[in-house]
Amino acid sequence: MSAKLDLKLHVWRQKGPGDAGRFETHEMKGVSDHISFLEMMDVLNEALIAGGKEPVAFEHDCREGICGTCSMVINGEPHGPLKATTTCQLHMRHFKSGDEIWVEPWRARAFPVMKDLVVDRNAFDRIVQNGGFISANTGSAPDGNALPVPKTDADLAFEAAACIGCGACVAACPNGSAMLFVAAKASHLNHLPQGQPERAARVLGMLDQADAELFGNCTNHYECGAACPKEIPVRVIAELNRDYAKAALAVEEPRAAGGGDG
Amino acid sequence: MTRFQKALRSSIGRKWVMALSGLALCGFVLAHMAGNLQLFAGPEKLNAYAKGLQDLGPLLWAARIGLLSVFAIHVATALKLAAENRAARPQRYAVTQHDTSTLASRTMVLTGLLVLAFAVYHLCHFTWHVGASDAIAKAVAPDAYTLASGGRTKDVYAMVVLGFRSPVIALSYVAAMAVLALHLSHGVSSVFQTLGCTSPRLECARKWAGPAFGALVFAGNCSMPVAVLAGMVGSEVR
Repeated sequence: MSAKLDLKLHVWRQKGPGDAGRFETHEMKGVSDHISFLEMMDVLNEALIAGGKEPVAFEHDCREGICGTCSMVINGEPHGPLKATTTCQLHMRHFKSGDEIWVEPWRARAFPVMKDLVVDRNAFDRIVQNGGFISANTGSAPDGNALPVPKTDADLAFEAAACIGCGACVAACPNGSAMLFVAAKASHLNHLPQGQPERAARVLGMLDQADAELFGNCTNHYECGAACPKEIPVRVIAELNRDYAKAALAVEEPRAAGGGDG
Repeated sequence: MTRFQKALRSSIGRKWVMALSGLALCGFVLAHMAGNLQLFAGPEKLNAYAKGLQDLGPLLWAARIGLLSVFAIHVATALKLAAENRAARPQRYAVTQHDTSTLASRTMVLTGLLVLAFAVYHLCHFTWHVGASDAIAKAVAPDAYTLASGGRTKDVYAMVVLGFRSPVIALSYVAAMAVLALHLSHGVSSVFQTLGCTSPRLECARKWAGPAFGALVFAGNCSMPVAVLAGMVGSEVR
């Protein structure tokens, strides 16, 4: 049995990075509660195109909650009201007929709006390029289990490795800080033996880049962890704080983390 | 610039600066409160303690300058961080929702500045005696009180009692302590996160250390104006 929803949608429209942007209001009639939020946006865009208007630009890719491409702050919450769920996996049955929905892009100086709901998240790539990797020799692959990893370490690393880099942490943070992302990428590798040689250089380099991208500073609101669709725990930030202090105080120079050209 | 100097200017470096300077200030708040609670032990104890502090001479000045520096570092770093954080989101959201952030965490700058304003008021009141009545001016004369040891000193006890007999002043102290408690409730719990404590066994401490410390400071410091106002302390002062 499917219900039909009547919704009032306020969508952020912005022509480009230089445009001031504004909300545009659309009345949506008879929206199926089976469809996802992105499919609802598709329905809106079909109507806009049929009416000869410019469709709303938004990012999407896998639509199964694992790629980190979709974004949108829905009624003040990154990825909408459902816990541990990306916008593409948010279904309209979580809304009621008559609801007013405000759809905004991630808002942060380091994530400039390209168009409508699309923001430039290249800052995250540059942070990863500054230490979010391990250096490995090319040649024959090592034996699968040659390097023992204790189960607890593997679990801690995996919890952090679940990060899909969507940027909801930045969008949710009252300070526009990227600390959960930086910490997740660092924690992922710092819990594994392969991550040890470059551990100090990793935390110094990644944080340096995050600061240079003009993200805000973490003040322990923990909104990031609550908004994260992959439920990355905020303890990774505590780990980063500790690792960063150790790296900054260490006597020996950290091994340079240099990204290879492949 | 060395790696360490650069780290001190980084976002996490300054987070450490906030945590460590905040911890030092917490130490001061505790020691200050413990000393002042001797109000309940009577004029002899409190006045002897006050004279003991005064007699430290250069040591007292070293402590004052140290405390002032830590305070200045804590405030200046906080203002710089807050300005950066505002700038990190030039365009505000039309709709905001709070999930895990608290009233305390969102108002740290405001409560911090209120505590700063209170500190100035407190110094004007009890240290510099701005606008003191004749009775208080008499109490803070250097020979107002004769200690059991025979030495003469200021009557700090009478000064505090006379000061807190004014309901407006007593209530302003209670209000200031409520603001300080709110500030501490987020600050002290944050120290665990900033210093990298991830032990699941300390999860409970992480959550409750701040509110507990804030409540302790609130209760301890408010007990003095409230007790004076209720007439439980200082009935001998006329």
